[in-house]
Amino acid sequence: MNFKHKYVFLFPGLFVLIGILIFPIIFVVRLSLSGWNSYNGLNFIGLENYIRLFTDDPRFWQSFFRLSFLSVTTVVLQYVIGFALAHMVWKDIKFQRFFRVLFLIPMMTTPVIMTVIWRTFFHESLGPVNDILSNFGMSPKWLTDPTLAKITVIIVEVWQWTPFMFLLLLAGLLSLPKEPFLAAAIDGASPVRKFIYVTFPLMAPISIGAIIIRLIEASKIMDTVYVLTSGGPGTSTETSSFYIFIKGLREFQMGYAASMSFTYLIIMIISLTFIAKGLTKLLLKD
Amino acid sequence: MGEKMKITKTCLSAIISGVLIFSPMAYADKWSDQFPHIKATGDIPGDCSYEEMSKKNYKGKTLKINTHAVPVIGQPTALHAEQFAKLTGAKVDVTHTPAGDLYAKAMVPFKAGQAPYDIVFGFSNFINDWRQYLAPVPKKYMNSTEMKDVTKSHVGVSSWDGTMYQYPVDGDRHYLKYRKDVIDNPEMQKKYKADTGKTLRVPTTWKEYGEMAKYFNGWDWDGDGEKEYGSAEVMKKDDLMFAAFFSRSVAYAKNPRTPGGFFFDLETMKPNINNPGFVEALGDWVEATKYVPPGGINFGLGDEIGSFGGGQTLFSFSWDDAFIAAMQDDSPIKNKVGAAPLPGADKVWNRVSGKWENQYNQAPYIVWGWAVGVAKKSKVQEMAFDYLCFFSNGANHQADLAIGNFGVNPFKNSDFDPQLYINTMGWDADIANSYTKTLNDMEKSKNRVFPLRVRGVFEFTSAVATGTSKALAGQLSPQEALDEVAKEWEAIVNRVGKKNVQEDYAVGVKMEDNKL
Repeated sequence: MNFKHKYVFLFPGLFVLIGILIFPIIFVVRLSLSGWNSYNGLNFIGLENYIRLFTDDPRFWQSFFRLSFLSVTTVVLQYVIGFALAHMVWKDIKFQRFFRVLFLIPMMTTPVIMTVIWRTFFHESLGPVNDILSNFGMSPKWLTDPTLAKITVIIVEVWQWTPFMFLLLLAGLLSLPKEPFLAAAIDGASPVRKFIYVTFPLMAPISIGAIIIRLIEASKIMDTVYVLTSGGPGTSTETSSFYIFIKGLREFQMGYAASMSFTYLIIMIISLTFIAKGLTKLLLKD
Repeated sequence: MGEKMKITKTCLSAIISGVLIFSPMAYADKWSDQFPHIKATGDIPGDCSYEEMSKKNYKGKTLKINTHAVPVIGQPTALHAEQFAKLTGAKVDVTHTPAGDLYAKAMVPFKAGQAPYDIVFGFSNFINDWRQYLAPVPKKYMNSTEMKDVTKSHVGVSSWDGTMYQYPVDGDRHYLKYRKDVIDNPEMQKKYKADTGKTLRVPTTWKEYGEMAKYFNGWDWDGDGEKEYGSAEVMKKDDLMFAAFFSRSVAYAKNPRTPGGFFFDLETMKPNINNPGFVEALGDWVEATKYVPPGGINFGLGDEIGSFGGGQTLFSFSWDDAFIAAMQDDSPIKNKVGAAPLPGADKVWNRVSGKWENQYNQAPYIVWGWAVGVAKKSKVQEMAFDYLCFFSNGANHQADLAIGNFGVNPFKNSDFDPQLYINTMGWDADIANSYTKTLNDMEKSKNRVFPLRVRGVFEFTSAVATGTSKALAGQLSPQEALDEVAKEWEAIVNRVGKKNVQEDYAVGVKMEDNKL
């Protein structure tokens, strides 16, 4: 029997893959080797952009470390809060369905619109948050203090994306086998020991998956920063993606922005691979 | 009896003429009946008037426009598109784009050799990057009655080395806005004198501005039960803050005795941005973070308009919009504000001698504003220019000027007639006079600064925004911040090519040195 025709059936999938994944990556690499900007075309300048990036652009690296801090902090908080909420509605509690839906609402809203609303909340002279706090003699500079602005970004991100973590972890909890819990109950394990020795280890694989998915998403944080602080005050909330956006679409340094994007992609692939391996080693010891 | 009749007739004619001149309804004509937007004036004769446009027939043709989001400039674009379509039979498609994306949305297809839009809106400082893709304004429109009314400054802003590429639809400059009910209030003047030993008056220097703003910061000085603050300024990074910084810098760094460049030394192309003049201005600006409303260092242009226009601050400076917003009928401070030139300084840096000159200096900043061009590759160029000419015809322009959030500001000589604001917008005579005098004096000044319009202008302005915002946030000192900007500017000049930037910059310098 001749199976050569099977390749014909592969073609549509392959075509889509080349069109939406392979071609853009190749084009970005080509673009990164050019000085394409508002006054130059798609010329060839070799590794000039990469040399500039590695030797003469501390702002990129600062924004990268800021991004690492923001994404790790937000994902850890999302994991802890998401797990707590999932654990809460996993058990038989009153209004279980209501809470399950309620906790998902932030994720269903449009991030940009919600960030505009958060920005209004945190507006230092017109926002309701400081209006309330002023009754207690406080008026924090939510968006204009370099440290507090980072915390504000973290609050908004955690609010928006904890439901995603909650959803994955709740699905994980609902799929756990009942036997280990029965055995723990027969042994008289306390709820804390049950969580530490049964629930958490059993949830490790799904936890790793959820954390990695969220880390990938969090490392692209852009809309929250764009709307909330524009990377400010100064550059204190500027992340890699926002910096690449400034260079590429504001200053129209397309070639240089492409070299940053490609470098960033490589760094993310390597670091997320290591993080996934590390988490697996840590959580799946046995 | 006959004599009596004659007198009565004369009186009646005088009354009717008066009503015709001063009553908005009196201008009603067949066009204002159909287009209520121009009800205050009716159609105003001209080459692109309603009457003239109605004679054109563009049935079956489509005009594609990319403009800003509603309302600023987006709303008048859409409104005039609808009117234009009704008059000429054309189909007009209007796309609205956020300000930050206007440049790229036109530039990407331009670079790819395409023209998805016949008309592209942007800012006037895009001119050098866009002009190679734009059609020069044809002679026919250059000689139109409407164009002949455009001020010399704004012909210059819309042109590149004598050729006009951007059709003038808006005129922008930065000037000082202040609360007249406070500054001119004898009780406040007495109180200020008693507390500070100084005279309360319209500030003529930035130091005076700072002292007054600090004094009037954080207490309820207008008795509305709310705290008021010193100044509302555009300080948000990447939200036009670089223009606000240049407004504060011109007094210290634009020396009429040292022609040859405000931003760079044209001969050497060495950036002036970190010289003591600019550093002094940034020092003042850092100080200003103490007298802006809470959250003021995150204020973009919209916040500034809302803050001053809503009566929250004593001072503001930058574009017209905050002033127009304050003078709109629904404003709580209508007829309580005044306009004045940007404050000056008691000293000015001489970059040639490398020393301060201890004498008063003031320099107007003719800042960039909304601009629009017709794509060179457009297949309906004539219709596109007709639309633009119609957009800014006498009747539309006067009606647009009265609406604060339309973003259309004076750029015609006829706009400097105070009667326009008194009769059609209900402004107090002294406010209208101070406003038109402020604008008019800027036109006459020989020490003006024009926006930077060199290749890759965004790289330069973005570097300024980053550096100055670091200083405002306390991450760097003013000198360190501007040294960083200067280093970045030098790197950009090297990337773009010194000769290229020099060639572009020379055009702007010619305007500043009154040679063009």
